[in-house]
Amino acid sequence: MKESVYSICGMCTVRCPVKVEVEDGVVKWIEGNPNDPGMAGRLCAKGSAGLAMLYDYERPQHPMIREGKRGEGKWKKASWDEALDYIADKLQAIIKKYGAKAIALSDRGGPFRDIHRSFLRAIGSPNYYNHDCTCARNVQHAALSLFGSGRKTFNYDYGSCKHLVLYGRNVFESLRVKQAGNIMNMLDCGGKITYIDPRAAGTAMKATRYWAIRPGTDYALNLGIIHTVLRDKLYDAEFVNQWVLGLKELESFVVPYTPEWAAGETGIPANEIVEFANEIAADRPAVIFHPGWMVARYSDSFYSIRSSYILNALMGAFEAPGGLFFQKGPGDVGAKGLKSLLDTIPKPEEMRVDGCGWKHKHFEAGPGLLHLLYPAILSEDPYPVKAYIAFRHDPLLSLPDPEAQKKAFDKLDLLVAIDANYSETSWYADVLLPSATYLEKSSVLTTGKGLKPSFGLRKQAVEPRNDAKPDWWIFKSLAERLGAGEYFKFKDMEAFWEWQLEDTGVTVSDLEKKGFVALTDKPVWWNRLKDLKFKTPSKKIEFVSSRLEASGIESFKPYASPQKPDEGYYRLAFGRSPVHTHGRTQNNPVLSEIMPVNQLWLNDEEAKKLGVANGEQVRVTSADGSHSGTINVYVTEFIHPESVFMVHGFGRKVPWQTRGYNKGLGDYRFETGLLGVYDPVGGANSLMECFVKVEKEENA
Amino acid sequence: MSKYYIYQDTKRCIGCFSCESHCKTKNNLPVGPRLTQIIPVGPKKINNLPRMSYVFMPCFHCQEPWCVAACPTGAMQKRPKDGIVFVDDTLCVGCKACITACPWGTPQWNPDTGKAVKCDYCMDRVDQGLDPACVTKCITKCLHFGDPAKKAQSKRDRHAKKVADFE
Repeated sequence: MKESVYSICGMCTVRCPVKVEVEDGVVKWIEGNPNDPGMAGRLCAKGSAGLAMLYDYERPQHPMIREGKRGEGKWKKASWDEALDYIADKLQAIIKKYGAKAIALSDRGGPFRDIHRSFLRAIGSPNYYNHDCTCARNVQHAALSLFGSGRKTFNYDYGSCKHLVLYGRNVFESLRVKQAGNIMNMLDCGGKITYIDPRAAGTAMKATRYWAIRPGTDYALNLGIIHTVLRDKLYDAEFVNQWVLGLKELESFVVPYTPEWAAGETGIPANEIVEFANEIAADRPAVIFHPGWMVARYSDSFYSIRSSYILNALMGAFEAPGGLFFQKGPGDVGAKGLKSLLDTIPKPEEMRVDGCGWKHKHFEAGPGLLHLLYPAILSEDPYPVKAYIAFRHDPLLSLPDPEAQKKAFDKLDLLVAIDANYSETSWYADVLLPSATYLEKSSVLTTGKGLKPSFGLRKQAVEPRNDAKPDWWIFKSLAERLGAGEYFKFKDMEAFWEWQLEDTGVTVSDLEKKGFVALTDKPVWWNRLKDLKFKTPSKKIEFVSSRLEASGIESFKPYASPQKPDEGYYRLAFGRSPVHTHGRTQNNPVLSEIMPVNQLWLNDEEAKKLGVANGEQVRVTSADGSHSGTINVYVTEFIHPESVFMVHGFGRKVPWQTRGYNKGLGDYRFETGLLGVYDPVGGANSLMECFVKVEKEENA
Repeated sequence: MSKYYIYQDTKRCIGCFSCESHCKTKNNLPVGPRLTQIIPVGPKKINNLPRMSYVFMPCFHCQEPWCVAACPTGAMQKRPKDGIVFVDDTLCVGCKACITACPWGTPQWNPDTGKAVKCDYCMDRVDQGLDPACVTKCITKCLHFGDPAKKAQSKRDRHAKKVADFE
């Protein structure tokens, strides 16, 4: 029997709508949902390789309970009842002794969180985390400081953009399928891309301007641009007068930051900065200064991102075609939204253990900051945390310094991993629960915000293989064992969908027709001079931020020049390849064949000094000398001499993943001593405040 | 030459390797054979900008295919109706003569079956009026399947727009 099932891809966190062709219970074909004009069949390498993940035998197949020491790799196969009872018994003992607040859970964010967030809330813990301290927290906080709402308030109208400015946002390799297509269309229509990165990544190959900036000086560049824009009156005065608070303060702040000064910091010639500012002004408001996505990089990233947002405001790029637009939700088109289970459960009264939202008022409570959980576990201040559940999240390879993280994990009574992959964290866990892949499960319905808000469907395409279970079933079963079953009365996802849709007038069969239901026919644009809904107390874009000032934090931070590496040392940068999802696909049979291993990018002049040639082995050692490994070197003029670079996610240590095991090196292992180093205002880890020693490997 | 052609609009190609993954999964291939491959060449500095070339290498489906001539069993064939060159799995004995003969390294070795395997433009899809997997799912729609004459026309059209002079 043949059937087509509409679903949402789960290979990365972009979550593209897909169509899955199933024949006699076997997935044969996955393509981008043809009903969505932005997808029209399009899919990335990872998307197609979902098939390979589904049918791979090197994935967790049944629940496992640890028998040896943590990380030793000795496991006992368990039934679901055994494994869930084991977890529930441990959690109950922890709740009895320390309270439910001693349980923490982390995920990778996104639109499918309702069930597991509800689980945590229903048992009474406030300690929900996501991965965002190693991703977009700095962007989120920068947006909050200016607009009073988070980064997802806006999306980008790439198709009509005339000039897209990207600071290491590597759009053609850190892929979002629709976005990549739209940006390519923009280039075809004569649009420009300025790509700024110490390394000429894939996006540089298509850019109309490439600036090989000195690492860590993006903020200096932006200050130089803002100086020029204000000095030469290149901004959109009408928009700025209407919406901006604090222009005068900004003007006096940027006086010393001339383009000539910026040139000295960044290595970008002053005349090019001035030329760029004029070009941008000619193209406004159809310009986008992309604030970045994964910007857990430097300790001043917050101010750097904030200055990009400020440039968007100066260009009047909000709610303008070709600029940034407000994402509209169901309420903005007169429709009712989906019901949320989380909203039906009373919030725990306990404060977050990481202090976000109360001790650290400038850090949003929401998903908190996971790196602050580690010191709390170690110090038991303000209270002990004794259990940690990592749900499809791998902190040991996304946060810095796995050995430092393990010291905190060793104080836990229970570490659980729920994953469809063998993560590094799962290998260190007490219990590993195999969750079904996205093709084997239905998930909660999603709300897609944008110019045309919609609801989306991820429907199970095939039965779970082996003994994997959908995550909604895992959390429902755990909640029932912990006496919180009253909130989880739904029989299955289909029943849950019916409940989610109750107020909307949309039915499940409506969703099944195309995989989504648009809540409006026409894109919704607001009047950009009258109707913009900024959520700040002033209802304006606050260059001088009431949110920051309330915490005694300056709105404009004087620039501090980043440290230069010592002789023989380099700043370690990391990033993406178009065929791998962070650390989750290195063992995928299809993707590991295309890219089995990473290399170390090294500047050609530096390579001469070190006496290494392209393709030779080098030894890389962490700044404190505690971690070291060898890797093939890629010698190139297209990386700044202060930097070396490797694709993230390699150097895996789970032996059951034979294709990824010990291939290449993992940047996270070299980030020693950085678990507690973060942007003090943005909150995200400063992953690139990392220096490594590089030497020729003599024994190679 | 087959009557079909996959045209790669190199201006739109971003070297994302998606086509390789689409091909691999569509043909349910083990690790080893790659019926199409993107070979990145570069980067080089062109007009002071870094530029990369992503060379797309499926089968050319030649007019007089070396692989068909070399095949001793008749497994490697050219389909009369449209010129698609393909292997009949049941006739292939795994002699590898096609791999030796092809000037471009197109025929691949399937270690699971012990036979040759090659790009057949997803013949089964073509027969249903669909495009090959690599074309259907290309992220930037830089790959186009169809009539070579039409592709030549679209290139001319684009060039004309670029050089058009309105004196």
